[in-house]
Amino acid sequence: MEAESNDRAVMIELRNVNKWYGQFHALKDVSLTVRKGERVVICGPSGSGKSTAIRCINRLEQHQDGQILVEGVELRSSLKNIEHIRREVGMVFQQFNLFPHLTVLQNLTLAPRRVRHVAKQQAEEMAMEYLARVHIAEQAHKYPSRLSGGQQQRVAIARALCMEPQVMLFDEPTSALDPEMINEVLEVMIELAEAHMTMICVTHEMGFARRVADRVVFMDKGQIVEEAPPAAFFDNPTNERTKLFLGQVQKH
Amino acid sequence: MVELPLANILTYLLLGARWTLLLAAVAFAGGGIGALLLLLLRYGRPKSGGRFLHLYVELFQGTPLLLQLFLVFFGLPLLGIDVSPLLAAGVALTLYASAFLAEIWRGCVDAIPKGQWDASGALGLNFFNQMRDVILPQALRIAVAPTVGFLTQLLKATALASIVGFEELTKAGQIVSNATFQPMLVYGIVALIYFALCYPLTFCARLLERKLSQSR
Repeated sequence: MEAESNDRAVMIELRNVNKWYGQFHALKDVSLTVRKGERVVICGPSGSGKSTAIRCINRLEQHQDGQILVEGVELRSSLKNIEHIRREVGMVFQQFNLFPHLTVLQNLTLAPRRVRHVAKQQAEEMAMEYLARVHIAEQAHKYPSRLSGGQQQRVAIARALCMEPQVMLFDEPTSALDPEMINEVLEVMIELAEAHMTMICVTHEMGFARRVADRVVFMDKGQIVEEAPPAAFFDNPTNERTKLFLGQVQKH
Repeated sequence: MVELPLANILTYLLLGARWTLLLAAVAFAGGGIGALLLLLLRYGRPKSGGRFLHLYVELFQGTPLLLQLFLVFFGLPLLGIDVSPLLAAGVALTLYASAFLAEIWRGCVDAIPKGQWDASGALGLNFFNQMRDVILPQALRIAVAPTVGFLTQLLKATALASIVGFEELTKAGQIVSNATFQPMLVYGIVALIYFALCYPLTFCARLLERKLSQSR
């Protein structure tokens, strides 16, 4: 099992990444390797650097030291390089961030048309396919503000998928949702995972982590303090901070 | 003193009002283009564009428009460029409008949530497409009211061009008033004409705002 996963190509690699916000050391020597088809869940207390870490992967945040490689290409500050990497890396945000002035369908077709130069009709066909995949095709011609939070987040997932990314980053995708809407989003994410999408998810949904993750990474104070398969992570955590955190999130 | 029938006074003033409208239109169009260029500097790379915008805006907001007008009218000839009153007023008002519109529109762009930049950037859109397809259409919606508000100010500010001898509405009023010795009547009509020009603008702004807010 271990040998098999090591055969797969490395998709994303962080090597001793450091980041500071002024005096605040936000990421401390973060190293992480994600292979093709792997599902990695990152968890940890708020302010531990989870979101910052994945936002560095597509350069929404800039790291100051260390290396980040996406499919073997190092992330540098040149515009061409950043745009190339962003085409390959899809992202879903806590606040959905749909474009409010565009319909659902237009939200999905904008990037394929502008960035990949796909013809309008072809882009729309593809968009409808992905909307069907997230079970929301009937809402294609509505504006985002007409949809519920769960529906908006599923549109956001479909929008990222329309660029046919190699990797999907999820930044607390269910944290802004009402409880009854969390499951519809998680189900879509589970379907994606079962289709062997490479995924990095920052989330507090421990049930999701247990079910789909290949590995769970625990971050605290800007460092990765524990990294293990879900069974070992949840049942035999080694680090004291991990134990404390798990005790808190699983108590309720 | 000259006896002039009311119809003649009106005709003369309305002829002057044409130039007021032209000058306002030139300043608004020129100022709009200038402001867009300043904004591209501000939000593009490198970041030094932001400081330039700040300096430019401070300079033009911190000095009287009349003085800017004098500097262009008397300054350009020193550089060997011969300027007519229309050109001087057009250039000065364009520079002035660029500063104010850039500042108004910057506020509207800054009001767009950061998540919109994140999401469009993460999808691989370059800066130009982010601006054109995501940020500006949303900023436009909130920019309508303050932009039209400024346009009415600009229209009234063209009155200053009368001081460098440009024969627009206010100057026409001075001439007629001096000829007829009826300042109250003449300036009263001048004021009414300014109002008649500005009122439709604010009326259109209200319509446009309602239309834009429906489309979401």
